Amino acid sequence: MIFEELGHIEEAELEAQSRFERRIHVCAAAGCLASGADAVKEALSGELQSTGLEERCQMVGVGCMGLCSRGPLVSIQPDNVLLAQVRAKDAKEVVGTLGKKPPKRLACPSDLPFFKRQLKVVLENMGRIDPERIEEYIAVGGYSALHKGLTEMTSQEVIDEVVKSGLRGRGGAGYPTGLKWSQLSKESSPIKYVVCNADEGDPGAFMDRSVLEGDPHRVLEGMILAGYATGATQGFIYVRAEYPLAIKRLNLAIKQASRLGLLGHNICGTPVSFGVEVRVGAGAFVCGEETALMASIEGGRGTPRPRPPFPTQSGIWGRPTMINNVETFANIPPIIRNGGKWLAEIGTEKSKGTKVFSLSGKVVNTGLIEVPMGITLREIIFEIGGGIPFGGKFKAVQTGGPSGGCVPDSGLDVPVDYESLSHLGTIMGSGGMVVMDDSASMVDVARFFLDFSRHESCGKCIPCRVGTVQMHGLLDKIAANRATSEDLAMLEELCDLVRKTSLCGLGQTAPTPVVSTLRHFREEYLSHLSGKA
Amino acid sequence: MPTSVKVKTLRIDGRDVSAREDQTILEVARENDIWIPTLCHLDGLSPVGACRLCLVEIKGSTKLLPACVTAVEEGMEVSTQTEGLESYRRMILELLFSERNHVCSICKSNGHCEMQTLAQRLGLTHIHFPYRYPSLPVDLSHELFGMDHNRCILCTRCVRVCAEIEGAHVWDVMGRGVDARIICDLNQPWGTSETCTSCGKCVHVCPTGALFERGRSASEMDKRPEFLPYLTLMRRAGGE
Repeated sequence: MIFEELGHIEEAELEAQSRFERRIHVCAAAGCLASGADAVKEALSGELQSTGLEERCQMVGVGCMGLCSRGPLVSIQPDNVLLAQVRAKDAKEVVGTLGKKPPKRLACPSDLPFFKRQLKVVLENMGRIDPERIEEYIAVGGYSALHKGLTEMTSQEVIDEVVKSGLRGRGGAGYPTGLKWSQLSKESSPIKYVVCNADEGDPGAFMDRSVLEGDPHRVLEGMILAGYATGATQGFIYVRAEYPLAIKRLNLAIKQASRLGLLGHNICGTPVSFGVEVRVGAGAFVCGEETALMASIEGGRGTPRPRPPFPTQSGIWGRPTMINNVETFANIPPIIRNGGKWLAEIGTEKSKGTKVFSLSGKVVNTGLIEVPMGITLREIIFEIGGGIPFGGKFKAVQTGGPSGGCVPDSGLDVPVDYESLSHLGTIMGSGGMVVMDDSASMVDVARFFLDFSRHESCGKCIPCRVGTVQMHGLLDKIAANRATSEDLAMLEELCDLVRKTSLCGLGQTAPTPVVSTLRHFREEYLSHLSGKA
Repeated sequence: MPTSVKVKTLRIDGRDVSAREDQTILEVARENDIWIPTLCHLDGLSPVGACRLCLVEIKGSTKLLPACVTAVEEGMEVSTQTEGLESYRRMILELLFSERNHVCSICKSNGHCEMQTLAQRLGLTHIHFPYRYPSLPVDLSHELFGMDHNRCILCTRCVRVCAEIEGAHVWDVMGRGVDARIICDLNQPWGTSETCTSCGKCVHVCPTGALFERGRSASEMDKRPEFLPYLTLMRRAGGE
């Protein structure tokens, strides 16, 4: 295929879609599937068939629509009707009211703050296209950024746009993406690798999963552009085995893109070549750490190694390697389409663009959201999230998973960006956000995350391997009201040791849940010390 | 040795020292009789930076860096013996002692143990952390050697010497975190290994009493790792 044919595919697809009066979108992401979206889709299809509407109504399984707590979700276009908590038995009623007022008990207003306060860049296609068909992605402008990048821009110009956009790594640490790309492009090795880190493992995080399940081509497009910009010809997507649907859809997307010549040798007749392979992780959280991830891709045991050398200097099989997160790659196509300046206008001074969060815990609307950087946590939790259910009182929000900390009420009005969250003692992280009400015990929260870290420690370095176990033991003791002030002092000593002396990011950040809860909720720890509480 | 090697000058503990650019801080420190404690490192084996005992402070860096894998740089100012470092090193050793069952008095390597010597040198008198007392097996299936997991500190010297020097790769690591364990071949008794050449290299690089020769009683297992620098030297000479 040559690039011009993308236009033909787009036209043909739009023409095919225009033959239908309506499109019924049924969420086919993991959350809604778990609550029975498959059966709903089947029932709706059956109902359309029996009423003879199948010629006029197109059924489409789409990616995550965001409001996961109200799934399975169904949306009807172009009427802009959103139905929530649809069951298979509702099919008759739904089909019967097509084009009319939707059934009241299912209708979900689409002008809720949950939808209105969001800004969708990464998630722009979510809930709009069938992730299993490349034609639908092309019909909404997919691969046009690749077309533009490969035919109208030099690889340096692609990097320049990424630099201009101010995009920072969405995996959590916030390293400038453009800088990483230019570092790899300057390496002279004939073989270089681009890796997409999809080993999302934080408890309460499902952003990358949703993007891969709902819009996999977008990630591929970002990766091919990265390959072109940096001179890498081989890409790997490292996905955890716990995401079977994401793996299935990625493999399907790779197959479809390869068939159209968008992947492989001489992409669409250009001199650019780029191939992508999916590598499935075996369930170790530490493999999200870049040096452990590379060891795992090489087929070794997933343990980190000291840096330097950094991956861009010596990575997979000793070759220069660049690792970006799923969401980082998903930001690339719109940056190339609209220019880096466009993204740089969104967000705060040092954190540009949007961030996808997975909102969970004690909040009315749980689900997947995308907001501009600089929005406050209060807006996220109380406007988008709808506040605490059952009239509960907000206590804290946990961000950044086992590497992050808890933000109390006093930090809610701080604009969300990499720096401000780190001032609050937590991190942006990959985007997990767990809201807690006043029934939550902060000691238990810290204990939960330490339990996670001690299980996920690879065991290579001593401070992380044994330190996390000792810390967890002390937290157990505190929670059981058996600890003394000496134990608390020992816990703080261990936090400092593990943070300062561990080999990799997992160990260095493992104490953060303890440090942050001690900072904001110290009295809770004190009340547990023996003789009290 | 390559003909053009750049020489760097740096300062370790206030002393000006010179170094080849391909040297690590640890190598240069040892050349100059500056002591930095190590447990996983052994000259002749690939460095892993795992024990964290050789962490040093470098002026201008907020991070502590492992001397065994950090290359020298011109003008670098290294501190190896600050109060903070010593306290971290003692705590790391304490963690090790608390992790498995290190009972010196009945250990075959009592008096010849690198961990014990290090603890004495660092003035470790008490273990503040609670002992874990895990129940771990002892593998006595090999006719010449034994493996006591209770004494193992997971330094992986045995794994590396077997893979890198002997070329047999009998040993590896299985499991994660505190449950990680050195395994033989596909996690089978040592005596049933088809890859082990019974060379004994692993036994003699083991810093503790985890690997030992059978027939030795408490305090009788002295280790002789001197073959390693000799082999490395001869291989390098053979390669040129």
